[in-house]
Amino acid sequence: MDTYILYGIASLGLLASFLKDRKKTLAALKKAWKSFEGILPQFLVVLILVAITLAVLDTATISRILGERSGIWGVLGASLVGAVTLIPGFVAFPAAAALLAGGAGATQIAAFVSSLMMVGVVTLPMEMKYFGRRVAILRNVFAFIFSLVAALFVGWAVRI
Amino acid sequence: MSVILKRYKWAIGAICAFVVFILFFPGYREKSFTSLTTQVQTMLLVIPPIFILLGLIDVWVPREKMIRYMGEKAGAKGGLLAFLLGSFAAGPLYGAFPFAAVLMKKGASFTNILIFIGAWSTTKIPMLLFEMESLGKRFALARLAIDIVGIIIIAYAIKRIVAQKEIERLYHAAEELV
Repeated sequence: MDTYILYGIASLGLLASFLKDRKKTLAALKKAWKSFEGILPQFLVVLILVAITLAVLDTATISRILGERSGIWGVLGASLVGAVTLIPGFVAFPAAAALLAGGAGATQIAAFVSSLMMVGVVTLPMEMKYFGRRVAILRNVFAFIFSLVAALFVGWAVRI
Repeated sequence: MSVILKRYKWAIGAICAFVVFILFFPGYREKSFTSLTTQVQTMLLVIPPIFILLGLIDVWVPREKMIRYMGEKAGAKGGLLAFLLGSFAAGPLYGAFPFAAVLMKKGASFTNILIFIGAWSTTKIPMLLFEMESLGKRFALARLAIDIVGIIIIAYAIKRIVAQKEIERLYHAAEELV
């Protein structure tokens, strides 16, 4: 769904730009291509990493892992699974909802959802290209720790 | 030729790893191909508008404007703008990185860029609505509230820990990347 919004904004922008200044629009498109080509090598790496991780950790397997363990290990495991996977929200949320309905803990599900969104181990090659190794790793480590905190908070907020 | 090979060495390595993986784990073969196809489709779908927008920003947004609204001296308004930009974005997190480069190039402050990345990763509005629907209002709103705090803390923490020289190097590199 959000892809349509993205396309809508991009086409409107492109149209407005084209009406205002053709040359500049062409320059923008050239820039777009140049930046894309610049990141393409890292993109390919990420693509393959994601393909392999999601083949091993498909939705069914993730659901099993999240449903199996509870307590602190369950929360930690959920965070780890979220950190190494890259699943769009429209797939992850219904799966998470089904787990909740099936009796999984809200803390665990929150840990999974939070680290899924904020931590990106498989996208690190791209992130490092733009942010350098140090910042990229720091951001992911902080985001991972934070996803545990967020999970505890959400778990508590759902219970009260 | 060797330049291209050097640039793509990791990509070639990853492709080799993929081949080895499906040779050694034939059980995952079918699933790997399906997930690879899905990923390629998603990326092909998501990439064009993101890079077009990036090109348009680069061409149309003057540096002075970006510095005024999101630069070092923009204050809390800059942070808020960064947060809103990230929240109204769409697409996976890897789409945010090229955008961050154009923001850097135009002179947005590093803290604001980190806030933008944080918001893009986790407080996107279309996703929030969907999360409320599937996981409940309480769950989604509690997560939103704690995430806003987390995004700000993480942004300031990274900015504090990382040396100014490293940040300058990243800004310099961003010029080449866009």
